[in-house]
Amino acid sequence: MFIDPHAHMVSRTTDDYEAMAAAGVVALVEPAFWVGQPRTFVGTYVDYLSSLVGWERFRAGQFGIRHYCTIGLNSKEANNEALAEGVMEWLPRFALKEGVVAIGEIGYDEQTPLEDKYFRAQLTLARELELPVMVHTPHRDKKRGTSRSMDVCEEMGLDPSWVVIDHNNEETVRETLDRGYWAGFSIYPSTKMGNARMVELLRQYGGERIIVDSACDWGISDCLGVAKTAQLALQSGIDADIVRKVTYENALEVYGKSGQMHAADWLDPPAIDQRTLYEGNSILRGGREPRVDSPAPRRRDNLIIE
Amino acid sequence: MTVTNTTPGISTITLSTLLRRWVVRQADSETEWVESQLNTLRQGASETTLHRFLGLAPRRLGREDLRLSVSDLKEAEQLRPDWDPKGWSLDGTARIAGLLAFQGPRPFPALFKDLVRTSDARELITLYRGLPLYPEPLVLTHEVGEGLRSNMRAVFESIAHFNPYPRDHFDDHRWNHMVLKALFVGSRLQPIVGLEQRANPELARILLDYAQERWAAGRDVSPELWHCVGPFAETVNAYEALSRALDGSPAERSAATLALVAADTSTARSLLADAPDTLQLVAAGRIDWNHLTQEEAA
Repeated sequence: MFIDPHAHMVSRTTDDYEAMAAAGVVALVEPAFWVGQPRTFVGTYVDYLSSLVGWERFRAGQFGIRHYCTIGLNSKEANNEALAEGVMEWLPRFALKEGVVAIGEIGYDEQTPLEDKYFRAQLTLARELELPVMVHTPHRDKKRGTSRSMDVCEEMGLDPSWVVIDHNNEETVRETLDRGYWAGFSIYPSTKMGNARMVELLRQYGGERIIVDSACDWGISDCLGVAKTAQLALQSGIDADIVRKVTYENALEVYGKSGQMHAADWLDPPAIDQRTLYEGNSILRGGREPRVDSPAPRRRDNLIIE
Repeated sequence: MTVTNTTPGISTITLSTLLRRWVVRQADSETEWVESQLNTLRQGASETTLHRFLGLAPRRLGREDLRLSVSDLKEAEQLRPDWDPKGWSLDGTARIAGLLAFQGPRPFPALFKDLVRTSDARELITLYRGLPLYPEPLVLTHEVGEGLRSNMRAVFESIAHFNPYPRDHFDDHRWNHMVLKALFVGSRLQPIVGLEQRANPELARILLDYAQERWAAGRDVSPELWHCVGPFAETVNAYEALSRALDGSPAERSAATLALVAADTSTARSLLADAPDTLQLVAAGRIDWNHLTQEEAA
């Protein structure tokens, strides 16, 4: 069983949902993010947040995957002050919806004063609502941006054990772990982290407070990042307990602090969910571990369309 | 069928009190919390207070099914005929109790519209299940339309199933499209309240076309469809289709028999002469729209 704690499913197809379910993903966290181009109306942002707690949650459930999300104003769009002010007014309402496990992904992109302003405002909101935080660390000037993100979390009075610093790499992981934060790694081709590198990091750091995710989105990315990394790690001789921690348990522990995510959600779902929003996965219920090398029938292999 | 704008003979306060009683007795350690919240909402509170209550209800109370006795159901039936709270959850019931109790700055329809806009999936289901209990039901038409258009089957069913709102307030056009959509998305027809009462020739014609389109594509059709066609078999000339259904699966054979019995025409009777076995089961009450096969009836 795997949890993908960072997956932007609004950008993915049903093929991906099928493949993830077949690979053993039982739950995922979809952070509110930038959709590839800026939104210019508060209303489009509100409808996006609404789709995260509504439609996408339902869509995942049809494939036997439990869907959770994080709510936030991302760093890029924080630079449009009119939009940002409007979105901030709506965030508290969405943060209390079912399945919202954190405020996120928030943090810095270009490290501008406006990004800083709304990062801080959202950290305050997370503290008030007693929700964990998912921090997006910048692509550029990464090392300094990551340190600064943690400085600000501490200035705003957050407990590091409630904060996931995501998109780490070899250069940032030591400080993130030493300061008591959860260290997320996005297995994302070319730009963020490859899974062979990830295996080496697991060998070096073990599994404490390390979290593997796919961050799959609208770019060239792999929704099987978590499952493939788990398999590669096991093949490379990483201890099964460590693999389980970084691909399942740690994410459940930190996002479970929201009170919105429990293993029972997928192992023993309430009757009302089984009648309405969650098509349970009978293979998983039977306790058999699914295999990453037996993906669901993919479209390209099937000539007949019925 | 006339469409009415008031729900006959109910008071919002009485319904809220009934729901509150059901919630409180099942709330265990949260009894005090839920009672004080509902009191606050009733005495007049900000919408933020309502939003917080709606958000916290599942967190505090859990999502168990509501436990209802036979006498509870009887009481519900007396207060709001044909409203069926079976299948409601504890948190959902608390949410509707809070919404009905709430005395806020805006009129109910504006409040409802705003809540729907920001609902999570289960909240939407809850809000629509509450439809038969709300004041000024007709003003909610647009939001109800959005719910029917939803691709989340459970949201669609929260309006279409076990809910007298469509029967009481939909015009024929919306009613017919709801029935057709139910077939499209694989929902049952039998849980639709008022299925027989609201049957009409236009719906029969639409469904007959739909059945023929399905057959042409090599797909089967739900036998429940014939329930809405039977009374108008003559008007829409459904005999050929019904006779095909009569030769189909056991459930189709039962459905076609029931439909032809409802048609009650000479052509229908002559077709039924070919199905004496099923006709006998119908006469004996062993087959009806709830039990299309004997296995189900047993």
